Amino acid sequence: MSNSGFDQFQGDVNTERIKYIADPQLKNIVNVSIALARPLIVKGEPGTGKTLLSHAIAESLGKRLIIWNVKSTTEAIDGCYMYDTVQRLNDSRFGSDDRNVNNIKDYITLGPLGEAFDSEEQVVLLIDEVDKADIEFPNDLLQELDVMEFYVKETKEFVKAKTRPIVIITSNNEKELPDAFLRRCVFHWIEFPSKEFMADICNLHYPNLKQNLLDQCLKNFYALRAITKLRKMPSTSELLDWIGVLLKSGISIDELKNGIPFLGVLLKKEKDLEIALEKIKFPT
Amino acid sequence: MFVEYFYYLKERLPVSITEYMTLMEALEKGLIHNMVEFYYISRSILCKNEHHFDIYDISFVNFFKDASLKFPGEIKQEIWDWLQKDINPPELPDGFQEFLNQHFDLEELQKHFEELLKKQDEEHNFGDQWIGTQGFSQFGNSGQNPMGMRVGGSSGMRMAIQIAQKRIFADYRKDIVLDTRQIKVALKRLKKLEEIGKQDELNMDKTIDETARNGGDIELIFEKKRKNNVKLILLMDVGGSMTPYAHLVNLLFSAANNMSHWKDFKFYYFHNCVYDQLYFNAQRNSDEAIDFDDLLRKYDNKYKVVVVGDAAMASWELTERYGSIYYYHRNEMPGIYYIREIANHFKNNVVWLNPELIRLEWVPWTRKIISSLIPMFNLTIEGIEEAMNYLRNSGKNQFTTVQRLKGLNY
Repeated sequence: MSNSGFDQFQGDVNTERIKYIADPQLKNIVNVSIALARPLIVKGEPGTGKTLLSHAIAESLGKRLIIWNVKSTTEAIDGCYMYDTVQRLNDSRFGSDDRNVNNIKDYITLGPLGEAFDSEEQVVLLIDEVDKADIEFPNDLLQELDVMEFYVKETKEFVKAKTRPIVIITSNNEKELPDAFLRRCVFHWIEFPSKEFMADICNLHYPNLKQNLLDQCLKNFYALRAITKLRKMPSTSELLDWIGVLLKSGISIDELKNGIPFLGVLLKKEKDLEIALEKIKFPT
Repeated sequence: MFVEYFYYLKERLPVSITEYMTLMEALEKGLIHNMVEFYYISRSILCKNEHHFDIYDISFVNFFKDASLKFPGEIKQEIWDWLQKDINPPELPDGFQEFLNQHFDLEELQKHFEELLKKQDEEHNFGDQWIGTQGFSQFGNSGQNPMGMRVGGSSGMRMAIQIAQKRIFADYRKDIVLDTRQIKVALKRLKKLEEIGKQDELNMDKTIDETARNGGDIELIFEKKRKNNVKLILLMDVGGSMTPYAHLVNLLFSAANNMSHWKDFKFYYFHNCVYDQLYFNAQRNSDEAIDFDDLLRKYDNKYKVVVVGDAAMASWELTERYGSIYYYHRNEMPGIYYIREIANHFKNNVVWLNPELIRLEWVPWTRKIISSLIPMFNLTIEGIEEAMNYLRNSGKNQFTTVQRLKGLNY
């Protein structure tokens, strides 16, 4: 038994487009879910890189990424295929040059799931924010994700996955996912990065950042996060934005020691700003 | 051993056979190399909700800390099986195989391991330590060191237990209240879809039918959207013994109030027990109040009612005429009358949320009486969820936290 049977996600991705580090547990779980051919559900605080993970996996394995953004009105069938009845009705009345009204297939377009199944090479399929849709939505996908095929009733044909895609599902906890769905998946909760790991992440994004400046930034950032009353904690992505802003504005380390400039980048709620200003005392 | 582990978890968490088989598959495929990985991977496979992680952690510690005593022979074999799987060239980092060849051979490693295990078995009488606190240190096992990982089959167990023992997910436990967002998620369970509002949704089937009937001229048919039709009334006990829970009640109120989820949302305040008036605000001025009878007249039993209170008061407040805690307040009927009226009027559409967690050891008499009239739940995420399920299905109960914690020393 060897592990060469599947591609290994390395965890670190540093390319032009994507910069990402996964902690060892996450990396491990990704590889386990690939090896077991089970969808991986990723949950975690907003801004901990749930969506970015799929981009990193696709980049690291050199595979195509297909994204299915789930919205509150999304239904399972939308991911499989769409049958454009209105267009067909219209064509039957007025005619069309490039579509044949008698051929239903001309009016069927594959959705993201269908596209992933139809691909000759293995792809990474991201089902983003699965909890946005109706509470029954994941249940409607059980068969599709289990057997990796679906039925197009208009053409009476099955669309079967040529190669099993690597499925990553993200959830923001807005709705609980049904048990039957969860049972078929592997689950991972992304923990908020520790200070050391966060330093690694910042260094990856801003390789030229001075160590003492970074230390001060992290100190301020974690001090903010320690305020339990905040309604929305600043996250990794906000920290990265903030450091970006600081670098652009060319701020000095002394200014950072005496306060948090551009606090609005980190805190998005008016009330949180008030609380933070009140709580964090700086030497004057 | 894994079967025992599975059943041990199953008593506390909703784990299924499908998931157990997946875990077996992971072991079979050699995806798990040490106890730390076992801890994380089995958590990922068996435990699908971060709210359950803490209970998983507790169970993991409880199960594996005496695992060696319970199943010495088996565990040895299973750990050994892993070790053998571990010698798997493609997984080893560059140069490691040579290092291994130089320093250890498989037999020697096995011999040494068995010796240690034997020694430890003898020493178990004197302590509750797991294998390899001293012996394994010579292998230099730290989580990241490949050498430590390899021989650390059991000392990894200690590490895994240490990780579990940190219980970093204690905060995520559902029976501990966190923030309004979570409360909102819990409240969202209360949902009843009905067609309301403007006709603005295209009905494809009817459109096609009508178009065909129309001789091919496209005829678009619009229909009403289905929206949530739940109307909610929140009755809150404030002041006195409820003061310590004011923050909690506030969270619940702001969560419910901020949700666009309800068709209608009303709230009233009372103190200790509901009497002939319910107040519009927490200050409870009698000029800003609604008469109890008007409340029942105004809201029919299509409204869902959530009462929040500790249901703890002096017995006469509930049973006596003029029993109200306020001397100047002359209630003509005892408090119990009003509670019963609410229960009778709203039938299965009323629940009571109690911020003082319901314990068996200490139940105030008035709480016993009230909870016999109105179903009572803890004011926790879990309790709210159960209460909302109750309101939605007229009383179907589920697995409770109390049951999950059964028999654990925490």
